[in-house]
Amino acid sequence: MYKILRKEILNPQVKLLEIEAPYVARKAEPGQFIILRVHEEGERIPLTIADYDREKGTVTIIFQEVGATTRLLGTLEVGDSLADFCGPLGVASHFEGVKRAAVIGGGLGTAIAYPQAKKLFGMGVEVDVIIGFRNKDLIILEKEMAKVSNRLFVTTDDGSNGTRGFVSDVLKKRIEEGAQYDVVIAIGPPIMMKVVCDVTRPYGIKTIVSLNPVMIDGTGMCGGCRVTVGGETKFACVDGPDFDGHLVDFDELIRRLSIYREDERIALERHACRLGGVLNA
Amino acid sequence: MPNMSPKKVPMPEQDPQVRSRNFSEVALGYTEEMAIEEAQRCLNCKHRPCMSGCPVNVRIPEFITLIAAGEFEKAYEKIYETNSLPAICGRVCPQETQCEQKCVRGIKGEPVAIGRLERFAADWYMKNVKRQVTKTQRNGKKVAVIGSGPAGLTCAGDLAKMGYDVTVFEAFHKAGGVLVYGIPEFRLPKDLVQREIDALKALGVEIRTNMVIGKTLNVDELFEEGYEAVFIGSGAGLPMFMGIPGENLNGVYSANEFLTRINLMKAYKFPESDTPVFRGQNVAVVGGGNVAMDAARSAKRLGAENVYIVYRRSEAEMPARLEEVHHAKEEGIIFRLLTNPTRILGDDKGWVRGMECVEMTLGEPDASGRRRPIPKAGSEHILEVDTVIIAIGTSPNPLIRSTTSGLETNKKGCIVVDENTCQTSREGVFAGGDAVTGSATVILAMGAGKKAAKAIDEYIRSKGQ
Repeated sequence: MYKILRKEILNPQVKLLEIEAPYVARKAEPGQFIILRVHEEGERIPLTIADYDREKGTVTIIFQEVGATTRLLGTLEVGDSLADFCGPLGVASHFEGVKRAAVIGGGLGTAIAYPQAKKLFGMGVEVDVIIGFRNKDLIILEKEMAKVSNRLFVTTDDGSNGTRGFVSDVLKKRIEEGAQYDVVIAIGPPIMMKVVCDVTRPYGIKTIVSLNPVMIDGTGMCGGCRVTVGGETKFACVDGPDFDGHLVDFDELIRRLSIYREDERIALERHACRLGGVLNA
Repeated sequence: MPNMSPKKVPMPEQDPQVRSRNFSEVALGYTEEMAIEEAQRCLNCKHRPCMSGCPVNVRIPEFITLIAAGEFEKAYEKIYETNSLPAICGRVCPQETQCEQKCVRGIKGEPVAIGRLERFAADWYMKNVKRQVTKTQRNGKKVAVIGSGPAGLTCAGDLAKMGYDVTVFEAFHKAGGVLVYGIPEFRLPKDLVQREIDALKALGVEIRTNMVIGKTLNVDELFEEGYEAVFIGSGAGLPMFMGIPGENLNGVYSANEFLTRINLMKAYKFPESDTPVFRGQNVAVVGGGNVAMDAARSAKRLGAENVYIVYRRSEAEMPARLEEVHHAKEEGIIFRLLTNPTRILGDDKGWVRGMECVEMTLGEPDASGRRRPIPKAGSEHILEVDTVIIAIGTSPNPLIRSTTSGLETNKKGCIVVDENTCQTSREGVFAGGDAVTGSATVILAMGAGKKAAKAIDEYIRSKGQ
């Protein structure tokens, strides 16, 4: 079960795995996520679905190696299997009535923005894609995004690809130039999504963000993923992960994402030790 | 002559000082001698009042008589005739409001320790007998069971014994439901739950994990896959919050999250296990049920200095089992009764620094029959804590009801069923346990699973005619 059929290294920190998961592939839609465990004693981590192939019965995930579990996941190769792969979870994105859209991806968020752009473009929507990375070595999915957009803008924080700046700067410029969007979809680090929402708010452009808070089960059971949206507590796993960005309390989200920072550091060190042990053995 | 001692033979237990620092089981179980001595307290009453208190009708006087005679294997078999999970029930049933409440010996002294004897028989059997699995002739009919908690496991076991091909669908990566994510190791060892599940598998029950019904598959698709009936035993997994300010601060947990991290994900072993849990020094647990006791005692075991149970009524109204309250007190849990939280206070980084509470008095009985708590004006005070765990109850998850057409539910989201058959408003779909009742007990869920298995058998047979 859950065998890895394809592995790609997208940049030094970001990897892609295509996984055999026919039941998940049958139902998956853009915006939804899965929860996986790498091994029998592993933690459950949520990852948004980057792509799916119903005929092949596969689901693609793209992840950044930030913690112990994602690093371990990155060591797996084609032919290896995951212990668990559960989904699709969360509510699928809705695009009814959209004619013109801007899809924005920040860093790894580009991987989650990709299926959204693909779906919209496939529906005949006019799609602008704006993706941003820290530097040119970290750029992912540029070719793929080019195929599912009418215009593609790629920025880097340090300007190493020739276009210095943030995705929010490009969006602002596009809007000021007169681009009309029915919806802006922004996916990336919470601070990026917050800034994008600040850009679109004065123009009253509907802005959808995809949130990825800490969670365990992904079915509404633990409540760890609660976020405040429009003054109400929502569970990102069952009410989201897409929300109206203008209503999300990003400061609370950022704060809650830090709860296990110290534990994550300990786990990572331990993981590094274990890997070191293997190498030295 | 029966043993006329007015007291139960005491149960050996880990010392409170020691056990409040480990996750090993608190109660250690009777020896053979202790079990025989306690069994001899049973008067073997002709009218068997104890049995009327048991939701699954365990033949109590008969199994106790067998224990008194030293026939431990037969005693276990007697229990197993009507109860497929005796090692679990002997540990977690609220005997004081069920079988033991009806025991004649309880009139002048303590009732017979039925729960402890049940546990003894089950543990003895597990230790000394290699279970013989007699697979029933398969009848080729498929039944789907949603949820692998006590209701689902019981229903699956009974149907498998009747010859059905049963598939259990579990959303988590591990079977057992509340028995593995909710009830802590120190009260119900997980290898024991695993053995019961392995026994079911040996009977031919297939368990499919990572299957969220309502997401991965829905009830209609189960019928399309050839299942002739569906049993919904998905429990009440949705945590309730109080709706007071500060509930989203860092350091506030639902009891579900706190206990799942510890029990299912083994966070108490972190960093040996991968899942962390925040280990507070001063912890407030809000609520008065078994889950609240479990959370409080777990927090203590994680190393907390002060753990408070904050409950708005008095001890008499507490829904927790007596034994749990007693154990919690022994372990140094501080009870702040007639106290209700009004808001949770945070520091400048957004972490919990305290909980404001108000004192309560009890007024007239409310709809539940318990005296209504009323706030005392001007009694606001602050409890200095860094962690708040909310254990005020759970409700059924909407994932199934929102994706199953023709399934009637009440305003609390519980599935409506015929009490005698567990039949829902939709043909071929049965339900039982917390998904129907809202959060209740393991044994009531098992009773429902049993009843449903019988009704499902009758339903499928009648369809074939």
